[in-house]
Amino acid sequence: MEIDRDTLLLILRRMWMIRNFELKVMEVHSAGEFSGAAHPYIGEEAVAVGACAALEDTDYITGNHRSHGHPIAKGGRVDKAMAELYGRVDGYCKGKGGSMHLADYSIGILGESGILGSSVPVAVGAALAAYIRGDKFVSMAFFGDGASNQGALHESMNLASVWKLPVIFLCENNQYAVTTSYADTVAVDHVSDRASAYNMPGILVDGQDAIAMYEATSAAVARARAGEGPTLIEGLTYRFEEHSLGLGRVARGEYRSKEEIAMWRQRDPLDIHEAKLISQGIATREECDAINAETVAEVERATDFARNSPFPEEADLFEDMWANPIPLP
Amino acid sequence: MAQTVFLEAINQAIQEEMRRDESVFILGEDIRRAIYGATADLLSEFGEKRVLDTPLSENGFFGAAIGSSLVGMRPIVETLTSFMWVAMDQLISQAAKMRYMFGGQATLPVVFRASMFYGAGSAAHHSDRSYPMFMNMPGLKIVVPSNPADMKGLLKTAIRDDDPTIVFEDGTLFGMRGEVPDNADLPGEELLVPFGVAKVVREGTDCTIVAIGGSVNHAISAANQLAAEGVSVEIIDPRTLVPLDKKSILESVEKTGRLVIADPAHKVCSAASEIASIVAEEGFWSLQAPIQKVASEQVHIPYTPSLEKHVYPDAPKIMAAVKRTLES
Repeated sequence: MEIDRDTLLLILRRMWMIRNFELKVMEVHSAGEFSGAAHPYIGEEAVAVGACAALEDTDYITGNHRSHGHPIAKGGRVDKAMAELYGRVDGYCKGKGGSMHLADYSIGILGESGILGSSVPVAVGAALAAYIRGDKFVSMAFFGDGASNQGALHESMNLASVWKLPVIFLCENNQYAVTTSYADTVAVDHVSDRASAYNMPGILVDGQDAIAMYEATSAAVARARAGEGPTLIEGLTYRFEEHSLGLGRVARGEYRSKEEIAMWRQRDPLDIHEAKLISQGIATREECDAINAETVAEVERATDFARNSPFPEEADLFEDMWANPIPLP
Repeated sequence: MAQTVFLEAINQAIQEEMRRDESVFILGEDIRRAIYGATADLLSEFGEKRVLDTPLSENGFFGAAIGSSLVGMRPIVETLTSFMWVAMDQLISQAAKMRYMFGGQATLPVVFRASMFYGAGSAAHHSDRSYPMFMNMPGLKIVVPSNPADMKGLLKTAIRDDDPTIVFEDGTLFGMRGEVPDNADLPGEELLVPFGVAKVVREGTDCTIVAIGGSVNHAISAANQLAAEGVSVEIIDPRTLVPLDKKSILESVEKTGRLVIADPAHKVCSAASEIASIVAEEGFWSLQAPIQKVASEQVHIPYTPSLEKHVYPDAPKIMAAVKRTLES
């Protein structure tokens, strides 16, 4: 398919934004600037960025614990994301959600879930609203190979298929549920094979190739908007870093060989995308480097913003519990 | 005033709210054919998109209801308490927590209507009275109506409320007749019962009975018999457990000096336990006798009637508890 230059460059910018955001998070987390869990998306950038480039602001996404990539891919603000990781009032969730629960309702990011598979029915629900009202938006649920074994996903795929809901089930198969290989836990060769049980297309995509992800998702979005129902897309990818920051210090033994990690690092999604842009004359090396540098600067500004934002006060503890507040017990 | 059956009151509330607001829709298992009666005639009036029969996938369709509520719909989920276990992840991880976790960005006007089919030989898998477990989890509003008028008025309020709400519908009351005001006779021409306002079912001076759901009728029966013996009982129906109108309970105990709590839930960490602890902490100096809990025995619900009849609060147990408070 023909993809315009702006989209191709936006994809590059957002991938660099995620990469540089995550590198900064690793730096400041290890320096002790904030504590708490954080799960780097490095290596998987093409999956979320390619997929979200096929969406509009009025479309919805839900995601999981590895949650920094999805909002940035959907056009979220890195300053509010970073401030949330720092637990500050200017964070996306005013410091109440943290790394695993970023959300931006102004652009359809309905929230990331630390319980895996749990946000998939929620995405189906947004699509159900479109079905009932006759709206044209679509909904996309990000989940991993691990969550592909959750009943919530299977119930969701069945429900979306029988009601022909405009949902894209987007599996980021990074091949390991923390330390457990998907080859040991998934009964089919590919997660996308599971689509056949629910009478929907199942598409296996090279998750290191943002353009391939964009093309596959665009087709699924068109199908969803036309009222033809859901699609399961599997982006086969790899997590370059540990499951979560600091885990490497406590996990016993290797679960991924050095050779395997090195092989996948050779397939860096940024290298692949930049090589395509340069070889096709869409951007020069210098233009790609400039985009990288701009995102480094933006992440720096975001980090300063986070550092300078205050922590919530004790009085904020009971805020945001209710839409129609009730007395404390 | 019309005499209305409890299930008809549920049906009226849903029908009125679906007429009033196009974003209200209902989903659940076998609701189009209204096998429990509460959803009769909704399909013919509102059509297939707003009256959805679901697969047996509670975790899936509870979540779908939650997701739809985030983007402007007002779903009503019909289910049984005992099926809620299957959907606990959606109820707790998503419905209860989303708004707070996302810093107030999420608004979830979703209602879960959960039938409690206890007392009729349904055995352990269909007889749960589980509201206390949800009281323990911040983020869910909890309603337990005890008569047709409150059922209608509280359900309509729940549908309009912007927070996730579970309405526990007591199956022992499904056939109960009671007076439900005609809309034409009401201010604003509709019946809305506010959350967090207890009802003084009966005024009295010797002992307060706080009774929940189906226990209210047993408390009334006990109070009638006690009145014949010269004992004056005040009955308070909290109507909503979250929010809980503790002021009305404390004021009543201040007046009577004695408290019995009748609660169909299991007695350990029950609603009765919470109310007892509130009165012990905040109303201790009003008490002239130890608080008495009359809740379900801490066993599973047996199938056979000869055993099941011993499990729940009933009028004789409540009367005995009131008399114990009067011995002190």
